Amino acid sequence: MTAGAALRFAGAAVRYSGSDQPAIEDVSFEVAPGELIVLLGPSGCGKSTLLRTVNRLVALTSGSIEVDGRDIATMDPVDLRRGIGYAIQAVGLFTHMSVAQNIAVVPSLLGWSRERIEQRVDELLALVHLDPQRYRDRRPRQLSGGEAQRVGVARAIAARPRVLLMDEPFGAVDALVRASLQRELARIVTELGTTTLFVTHDFDEALRLADRIVVMRSGRVEQAATPDELLEAPATPYVRELVHAGDAVYRTYYAHVRAQLRGSP
Amino acid sequence: MNYLLDHPARVASLAAEHVELVAAALALAFAIALPIGLYAARRPHVAGWLLGVLGALYTIPSLALLAVLVRLLGLGMAPIFVALVAYAQFMLARNVVTGINGVDAAQVDAARGAGMSGNQILTRIELPQALPVIVGGIRIAAIASIAIATLGGYVGSGGLGVLIFNGLTLHQPSMIVAGSVSASILAVITDGALRLVERRARLGTS
Repeated sequence: MTAGAALRFAGAAVRYSGSDQPAIEDVSFEVAPGELIVLLGPSGCGKSTLLRTVNRLVALTSGSIEVDGRDIATMDPVDLRRGIGYAIQAVGLFTHMSVAQNIAVVPSLLGWSRERIEQRVDELLALVHLDPQRYRDRRPRQLSGGEAQRVGVARAIAARPRVLLMDEPFGAVDALVRASLQRELARIVTELGTTTLFVTHDFDEALRLADRIVVMRSGRVEQAATPDELLEAPATPYVRELVHAGDAVYRTYYAHVRAQLRGSP
Repeated sequence: MNYLLDHPARVASLAAEHVELVAAALALAFAIALPIGLYAARRPHVAGWLLGVLGALYTIPSLALLAVLVRLLGLGMAPIFVALVAYAQFMLARNVVTGINGVDAAQVDAARGAGMSGNQILTRIELPQALPVIVGGIRIAAIASIAIATLGGYVGSGGLGVLIFNGLTLHQPSMIVAGSVSASILAVITDGALRLVERRARLGTS
């Protein structure tokens, strides 16, 4: 059992040279260990940039991010990344490696023994509902979109990271597969207690997954709140629009989704 | 074809010289082109002018370049060796740059996110992914080098060119035919063998 880490964003900002608009600005919020936070907003709002600052794929221009009280700027980026799971929409499975080798990437970098890695790979394949016997030696090209996304998730959590970063990891699959992947992800991270940041532009997905939703727009946080709070008390006109606050049909639908999720933990 | 049939041992030993010359020149050329190509692949403006310069070098007629090199280095193996290394640079470096830049960005992003160091990303992801394109460059360079190396017969470096130039001097068409046919066969075999390697590399990355 791996407990998740606590995260703290304090005035985080990223400015790209040659752009007068900051990509993200004055982002401050805290994440409790084991929380699943959804970063929600339209494309270009800075949610992916914010996600990528956590494993230092993007450098902060000012402000700080702490993992369990340690400023990530003081850590070696390669070590930091090996302790943080990372899954992306394009999946990026290494096409010259087998499924097992893909999943084993971080454990191998960390120097795990062969037996331990083999055991872990089978365990993870079972966890994402892929039969180890059938899938272990496959190549990425022999996987469907949904299967590839599952392998991507397995690869991200392989070395039991304390923080998991997911950038629209289910963006490229159809609605049915996506719903089942969402349920599985919620189950997995709850079981593991991994602190998770999950980027999406899909409010419905945010509603289904999040302990708390951080709504972003133009690089700033509009509101950080639980899904229920967001539905009941949208803080800004943008959030009101996002949750369709004035629309009775949506309100009924969202209330129904939330009630269902509470009913089946 | 008479000469080829009457003197198979002579033709074979010249062919062996030819292969040795080309293989040695390619090995050195690749040892130079790989680091240059890797350096340029990360720097688009460097890649621009580098390939421009190498491309310009590549367009110099080989006989003209060889004449200059003979003046500088004298007769023998040296001028043709330098010419081969210089010509191969363009094809080899270009394919290293193209191959590395063609690697799926998502895979590189995933590798960085997984905590691979720059060298690990290069050796475990980028080079294996770029291998088919790099081998393609070696194949093209090898075929061109086999052709260009026949000029070595004119400057005293041995190889199959000896038959062609001696045949010209001695008015022996069958010698010329033996030299050029053997060089062509060599090129076809090399092309086929490296195509196989290329295909295997491609299967390995997809």
